[in-house]
Amino acid sequence: MYETIAFYLFSALTIGLFLVTIMSKNVLYAMTSLAAGMVLISGFFFILGADFLGVVQLIVYVGAVMALYSFAMMFFDATKNVKEKNTSPALIFLLGGLSALALVLMFAAPIYNDSVQALYPMHEGVGNAQDVGIVLFTKYLIPFEVAAVMLLVAMIAGIILAGKKMDQSLTKDTSVDDEILTQKDAK
Amino acid sequence: MIGLTHYLMVSALIFSIGLMGVLRRRNLLMLFFATEVMLNAVNIAFAAISHYYHDLTGQMFAFFIIAIAASEVAVGLGILIVLYKKHGSLDLDDLATMKG
Repeated sequence: MYETIAFYLFSALTIGLFLVTIMSKNVLYAMTSLAAGMVLISGFFFILGADFLGVVQLIVYVGAVMALYSFAMMFFDATKNVKEKNTSPALIFLLGGLSALALVLMFAAPIYNDSVQALYPMHEGVGNAQDVGIVLFTKYLIPFEVAAVMLLVAMIAGIILAGKKMDQSLTKDTSVDDEILTQKDAK
Repeated sequence: MIGLTHYLMVSALIFSIGLMGVLRRRNLLMLFFATEVMLNAVNIAFAAISHYYHDLTGQMFAFFIIAIAASEVAVGLGILIVLYKKHGSLDLDDLATMKG
């Protein structure tokens, strides 16, 4: 009963918030609604009994990724609205909806039958975090290590890409600084 | 009672929303938001299948998707900052330099 109510509430709110993310012209509104939608998606994970995944979603997505986006937003001018030239919105809606549904059906149809056998079954009476830990550090150890190396590479790449010419301001008009400098020189 | 189909339908709807955003957006930062929406939709489907088949593989793949999304954001935002320094805007129509 509570699961049903929570499912419908979370799904309605998530779809609404993500629609705001897609439709909004303001970067700040889009980012805030995306963060709220990610919190609600972690609610889905808690309903489904994937407690550890829900906590990771909260920490990584809502904590790290959204903080990174908001830091990046400070580089760009986020207060003015985004101007976008759209050719024909109706065609895009039709094409996007049809191709997405076709993709999802294509990938879901072979999975969604009764012949699927559990490869790493969940254990009764064991917490989700312990279960996940055992499988992650035995069967998925090499992907785990590769993911760690990938995160390190991404960190180095992000620092190097964003760190070039950090002394120059992106949004401030540099001609103002030049005027101030010439005034100082004149004095 | 909520079954697997419900979760897969919600996941498909959110994925469609994300794909529409990818097709519709012209601003690169907004395009990144749309890809995050798509990744989250896939995570819901993985967690639901993992729950209804009592299998942990789905959750494992969801973890790796989260790790890939985090590194994608780190590298992508670095590229966005470099592009903004070079062109002064994040609009895809301004960035299109290869005219055929």
